[in-house]
Amino acid sequence: MSAHVVGNTGVMLGRSIRHVTRSMDTIITVTITPIALMLIFRYVFGGAIQTGTGNYTNYLMPGILLIAIASGVSYTGFRLFNDMQSGIFERFHSMPIARSSVLWGHVLTSLVSNAISVVIIIGVGLLMGFRTSAGVVAWLAVAGILALFTLALTWVAMIAGLAASTTDGATAFSYPLIFLPFLSSAFVPTDTMPGPVKAFAENQPVTAIVNTVRALFEQQPAGNDIWAALAWCAGILIVAYALAMRAYRRKIA
Amino acid sequence: MQTPPLAIHVSGLHKSYGKMQVLKGVDFAVAKGSIFALLGSNGAGKTTVVKILTTLLKPDGGKATVAGHDVVSKPEQVRESFSLTGQSAAVDEILTGRENLIMVAKLRQVKNPRQVADDLLQRFGLAEAAGRRVGTYSGGMRRRLDIAMSLIGNPPIIFLDEPTTGLDPEARIEVWKEIQSLANSGTTVLLTTQYLEEAEKLADRIAILHQGTIIVSGTLAELRRLLPPAKAELVERQPTLEEIFLAIIGNKEGVRR
Repeated sequence: MSAHVVGNTGVMLGRSIRHVTRSMDTIITVTITPIALMLIFRYVFGGAIQTGTGNYTNYLMPGILLIAIASGVSYTGFRLFNDMQSGIFERFHSMPIARSSVLWGHVLTSLVSNAISVVIIIGVGLLMGFRTSAGVVAWLAVAGILALFTLALTWVAMIAGLAASTTDGATAFSYPLIFLPFLSSAFVPTDTMPGPVKAFAENQPVTAIVNTVRALFEQQPAGNDIWAALAWCAGILIVAYALAMRAYRRKIA
Repeated sequence: MQTPPLAIHVSGLHKSYGKMQVLKGVDFAVAKGSIFALLGSNGAGKTTVVKILTTLLKPDGGKATVAGHDVVSKPEQVRESFSLTGQSAAVDEILTGRENLIMVAKLRQVKNPRQVADDLLQRFGLAEAAGRRVGTYSGGMRRRLDIAMSLIGNPPIIFLDEPTTGLDPEARIEVWKEIQSLANSGTTVLLTTQYLEEAEKLADRIAILHQGTIIVSGTLAELRRLLPPAKAELVERQPTLEEIFLAIIGNKEGVRR
């Protein structure tokens, strides 16, 4: 049975990866906004922002990557919603296959397509002066945290894709996610923020994740941030998965 | 367990959506290797019956078996035994025709998925369009691909939910031929339709679903007997518009296969 799941999921993954590669515009739209933000913050605001570190591109990079992932998962919701609307979801569910492979195909595709966006953005960042002393272990840790963040948000996207009744509903959930980095330590240090804003910024998941990734890139100890980041991602993942499964069971027999 | 001679057996099926009762005790049986037409107007509950039989929807009450397995307690076994061609063509528009077929062949774990795909493309007159994205196909081509996808793995039972709705007359005749040849090869076909002519042409048995129950069922001859015997009247036989249409465009595309 489990070989069945793996084989079926592989076919589903192949299918939706083709959807990604045949509509490269989705990768472009996912990467263009973060890249534009990176340019604006680096070349317009950057000179006036005091971060206490030398290289502002380095400072920006983690937050930019999170923005890219937050907007990238909206396409996962979109692709799942389209499957539900066309008859193909029912076709798959009426076939003698592991039903879970239908959803997992979308989840794995989300991981792959977001990884592509992240690599592109890091590439542009390198051109703009992003530098890191991170070794293999630190890079793997960065990849792991970004993958966990992607997985958590992907399951949020699955809820939207399963429960939405319009295309807009299936994708709109990502807008507030895209703004979370602005209320965090992603672009400016939290010290200068007024009390309530600072309190929010310091206690929301993006700050913990940004600080962790930044520390890993700079070869600094990540301290408690890494545990906070992991706890946030795991928590969001568990809650989103449970809600997505509930929405899924409502849709199928 | 002894295999029963019935491919599908439905008794006392109930289903409501909220307060709206869609099925109020539906009963019918489909013999192996026959074509059974479920006839009804829009909203009569035909699709609901098909969804319950194909394990996409759970009934509120009653019993349904497909290939001898209960649809509620043994959905996996039921899914091994049939293929569904739903109302909206269940094809992937971004993949090509060939890729759609190969995908289903791989999911059904048949040997030589490519070969199976190529044979079906040939058989359904889609060989030339095989490498094109399905998004560029016409309605008739999509429907043919959809049916071709349902034949992979040679399931003994095929459900066709309004297979010709929205097709032009030529495409409809193509689909009819395929359904006929499926039945000739021993496949059981349950089709739903709102076209009386379709049921009349294809079906061994016809059941009329109306307001949540089967109001009549039987062979066409049996249904005819429900009305007073035909009287001989002299009527000038005019060609139907469909006959004219087909005669005029008859050689437009030549033979499709």
